[in-house]
Amino acid sequence: MTLNSNNRSRIHPQKFALWLAMGSILMMFMAFTSAYFVKQATGSWVEYRLPNMFYLNSAIILLSSLTLHISYKSFVGGQEGKYKWLLVISFVLGIAFLAGQYLAWSQLFEMGIDLKGNASGAFLYLITGVHALHIFGGLAAIFVALIRAFTWDYKVTDKRKNRFEMTLQYWHFVDILWIYLFILLLFTK
Amino acid sequence: MGHFEATHELDVMIEENGYDDHFHDHHHGDKYQSNFIHHYIFSMDHKIIARQFLITGIFWALIGAAMSIVFRLQLGFPEESLAWLQPLLGKWIVVSEAGIGKLAPEFYYALVTMHGTIIVFFVLTAGLSGTFSNLLIPLQLGARDMASPFLNMLSYWFFFLSSVVMFYSLFLNTGPFAGGWTAYPPLSALPQASSGSGAGMTLWLVSLTFFVVSVLLGGINYVTTVLNLRTKGMSLWRMPLTIWAFFVTAILGILSFPVLVSGFFMLMCDRGLGTSFFLSEIFIEGQALDYIGGSPILYQHLFWFLGHPEVYIIILPAMGLTSEVLSVHARKPIFGYRAMVYSIMAIGFLSFIVWAHHMFMSGVNPFISNFFVVFTLIIAVPSAVKVFNWITTLYGGNIKLNTPMLFAIGFVSMFISGGLTGIFLGNSAIDIQMHDTYFVVAHFHIVMGVAAFFGMFAGVYHWYPKMFGRFMNETLGKLHFWGTMIGAYAIFWPMHYIGMAGVPRRYYSFDTFDSFAHFGDLNKFITIAAIIVFAIQVVFVINFFVSIWKGKKMTTRNPWGATTLEWTTPIDTGHGNWPGKLPIVHRWAYDYNKDERDFVTQITPLAEGETPGDH
Ligand code: HEM
Ligand SMILES: [Cu+2]
Repeated sequence: MTLNSNNRSRIHPQKFALWLAMGSILMMFMAFTSAYFVKQATGSWVEYRLPNMFYLNSAIILLSSLTLHISYKSFVGGQEGKYKWLLVISFVLGIAFLAGQYLAWSQLFEMGIDLKGNASGAFLYLITGVHALHIFGGLAAIFVALIRAFTWDYKVTDKRKNRFEMTLQYWHFVDILWIYLFILLLFTK
Repeated sequence: MGHFEATHELDVMIEENGYDDHFHDHHHGDKYQSNFIHHYIFSMDHKIIARQFLITGIFWALIGAAMSIVFRLQLGFPEESLAWLQPLLGKWIVVSEAGIGKLAPEFYYALVTMHGTIIVFFVLTAGLSGTFSNLLIPLQLGARDMASPFLNMLSYWFFFLSSVVMFYSLFLNTGPFAGGWTAYPPLSALPQASSGSGAGMTLWLVSLTFFVVSVLLGGINYVTTVLNLRTKGMSLWRMPLTIWAFFVTAILGILSFPVLVSGFFMLMCDRGLGTSFFLSEIFIEGQALDYIGGSPILYQHLFWFLGHPEVYIIILPAMGLTSEVLSVHARKPIFGYRAMVYSIMAIGFLSFIVWAHHMFMSGVNPFISNFFVVFTLIIAVPSAVKVFNWITTLYGGNIKLNTPMLFAIGFVSMFISGGLTGIFLGNSAIDIQMHDTYFVVAHFHIVMGVAAFFGMFAGVYHWYPKMFGRFMNETLGKLHFWGTMIGAYAIFWPMHYIGMAGVPRRYYSFDTFDSFAHFGDLNKFITIAAIIVFAIQVVFVINFFVSIWKGKKMTTRNPWGATTLEWTTPIDTGHGNWPGKLPIVHRWAYDYNKDERDFVTQITPLAEGETPGDH
């Protein structure tokens, strides 16, 4: 981009902008979780057990971060085949996570926890639901990467590298975000 | 580009000292400028986007101000007939059999709410920081454009979308939202709570969600541009104070607006999905609703966590503009440049830990209140530092009392008057009496409303030649200033007394309170002053638009003799801002009256043996 010809740092401005956006997403979840604590402190709080699916889903999302990471390394390292199939696997794992979250919500619902009841349940749906939306955004980015991987000729350029790095960083971000939210829900319910 | 001036000395200086980023090699047949749609509508050029923000802001300012005139008429002249407003307001004016027209009470609340929402968000956030961050960040930093011109364009169009939705809500059969600009539940959470709580509130939420997207896209872009795209030599400590202010403003926005969105999501769930985040057991018309155990106070925390930083999002850009204008027109370096920067940062930081001073009376724990009292009062320290530096900048200056300068000085006056009343309110014990009275209304209108408008006016008059290549009319400008300055004090000063007597804000009528009866005349006076001030703003708007075509032409690049980079570009600044190389910066932005020279631009290299102005 010619506009960036006087870029001052080694960080690509787009990447920098992504970090700012992640900071802003983080603030949104901080607000949800703070509201969660404040509400909990005011009493009338129903305790419940987290659905088992959450454990499995955590494993899935961690694994997908790992596969995407290796895919990136393979992309940079010239291993075209490995890069492509790991990208596919990461995408499938991402979908699996979303499907798993859906199952987890159904489990919750069967336990009798719904939106209309106590705020503790509503918070659970809200926080995990908004998180799922952000996963969805990450999947869209991986999907674009997939299309490019299979339609463009394999070539490592700075531009493509940067784009991949941004997708990867965002994916790690929503992954870590999930682990943080999960641990929080686990220990404070 | 620059076709009126053959070879300009500034161009020569940039050609000799600047550096070539090969920008123009790649831009043959510039796609940005190719046709009307790309040039003026879906433009990605930061200078056009700045004007789009400004003109949309002016449009909203007129609507927001006109609304205040209507509700002031009700407050000042409750006995008079408003039947003449019926053609405009239709069924919201209820005409009795005797032919007396009254403003419908629901609509009074809708007007107050929309007035606040429009002025705070659309005018003083988008219209102020949207305009000047866009115009000045690339120009004053020596960048070709924003880091992402595309996101920048989207930022404007999200604001536009948000505007359309809010505008549409004004015409709903049930009226726009009417529960106050802060949208506290239950009025905002229960669609059946009042006539504006249904469709009106839904559109309010949709509109403001788009608005937040606009602020975030803009803010992310501003911060990225400031940190990554400064030209060579433009270290952070050489940036003009305008840029520092926009930079910290953008960071505040990025960190606080998402919290508001969280609150909005929870409101939406309460409204649509039956959750009970903010709603506890409620009876409406004798019927118990399903909600259990929610807390409306929770919303207040989320709202004010944004709300307080938001007031600084409004005032910091105005402070930045004021600093710059004061220094240029006093022909003196700004006093205490570094102290100014540290104050901006301190204010930005503190603004996140004072939010509960809006909630002293909501039943929060008094011990927690103490914490917020302390930090609230500490904010007065960096604020006072800034005021001191502005006044000291003026002291002994060669002051040019033109319109931008008058407004900048007016800003300082308003900021002092309004800041002082903040210190009263910041004491939780005094706030027991003052909360939700006209004292609060007076406080924030002076310190935020009028002061921010003054900063904005100073900026508009000062950078108008940069935006439109012409000047605004000085005589009308001065009339605008004196009328607004005197008029604004006439409106808001008496409100302090009314407030101290305990008259509550947001009341449609006081005729059942005998103890407030003697304020009737004062209320009339305020209303008349408000009408006059409104009329004077119309003068400004006319001056603004007529000058675009008829104003005095700008014949030199740097009419004010300023040091900053935006005045080194050609009068007719094209895409990419500098026609050839990019300028290189050699000094800070405030070399006025230095070594016998009236001013020295930032692109002038240091002379042999010269000590830098900011040594
Ligand atoms: C010395 C600095 C300041 C202090 C100590 C201060 C303190 C306060 C307090 C305690 C309140 C709550 C009053 C109540 O509702 O009972 C308040 C209201 C308000 N302040 Fe300030 N303030 C200061 C400066 C500012 C500035 C610089 C702005 C904006 C630029 C501002 C904007 C507002 C607004 C908008 C409200 C009322 C919001 C509403 O209830 O609708 N204040 N201030
Ligand atoms: Cu505040």
